[in-house]
Amino acid sequence: MKSSVIVFPGSNCDRDIAVALDKFNIKNQMVWHDETDLPKSDLVVLPGGFSFGDYLRTGCIASKSKIIKSVIDHASKGGLLLGICNGFQILIETSLLPGALLRNKKLKFISKNVYLKVTNSNNIFCLGYKKKDIIKFPIAHNEGNYFAKNDIIKNLEDKNLIAFKYCDNKGVINIHSNPNGSSNNIAGILNKNKNVLGLMPHPERAIDPLLSSIDGSIMFKSLIQ
Amino acid sequence: MKISAIVTLKDDVLDPQGKVVNQTLKNMGYTNITNVRQGKYFEIELNESNEEKAKKTAHEICKKLLINTVIEDYKIYLK
Repeated sequence: MKSSVIVFPGSNCDRDIAVALDKFNIKNQMVWHDETDLPKSDLVVLPGGFSFGDYLRTGCIASKSKIIKSVIDHASKGGLLLGICNGFQILIETSLLPGALLRNKKLKFISKNVYLKVTNSNNIFCLGYKKKDIIKFPIAHNEGNYFAKNDIIKNLEDKNLIAFKYCDNKGVINIHSNPNGSSNNIAGILNKNKNVLGLMPHPERAIDPLLSSIDGSIMFKSLIQ
Repeated sequence: MKISAIVTLKDDVLDPQGKVVNQTLKNMGYTNITNVRQGKYFEIELNESNEEKAKKTAHEICKKLLINTVIEDYKIYLK
């Protein structure tokens, strides 16, 4: 499997994801945002960070950069596209995924490990998980409060396009296990064809026992299955 | 021509910053304040003398870049 990680000024998880991809033998190339063509890739990753200093809105300026047209083409042809944290914010700004990511409800940057429930394991990113699995990933964001109109949320629920929801260590999904105020505790969503996944938590920072969780490994193993 | 654009959150979108400002003003003694919503303000200068054309451009850039239509509304003013 071949991958490309798009690097923007202000990306800071690009190397973390590169290390993770390398660990699972995915042949990766870093691609600067100013390029227009993508190298041949099965998977494109938009990494976490603070692209363009979060100017205007998080992910907004990055979503207008030169490479994005090729990224959208890649996704529309069925190529895999993963947006983590700021990458999720960029996916939202490109309209590849619906909704918006607002500032965390309590207006604080949150950096901690959280528990997630896998709510859709029937997609290539999550094949290795079982539905309702409880996993632990770190989050580190200021704008992760997922918001969309009621009909969009209903559509995500009805069509089973929510991949992960915030929960507690027993799997309870409620206001107390919701770190940032996201509608329906949403932590990650898929597009209609399930080839685009955007999530706020960081699977690439949960691939080694030294990093306090290895639950992210399963996502990368799923991709190379 | 100068155009200003005011971007505000839609009414049904939670604005925690506005809420905090509202509460702080109350704490400062402004008890008659009932609500505060926080937004953004842009001043755009453009090389265009035709008002209609300038407005059209302003609407376009607002929708394409300055606002997120999911959560924000805007108003433009010509100067």
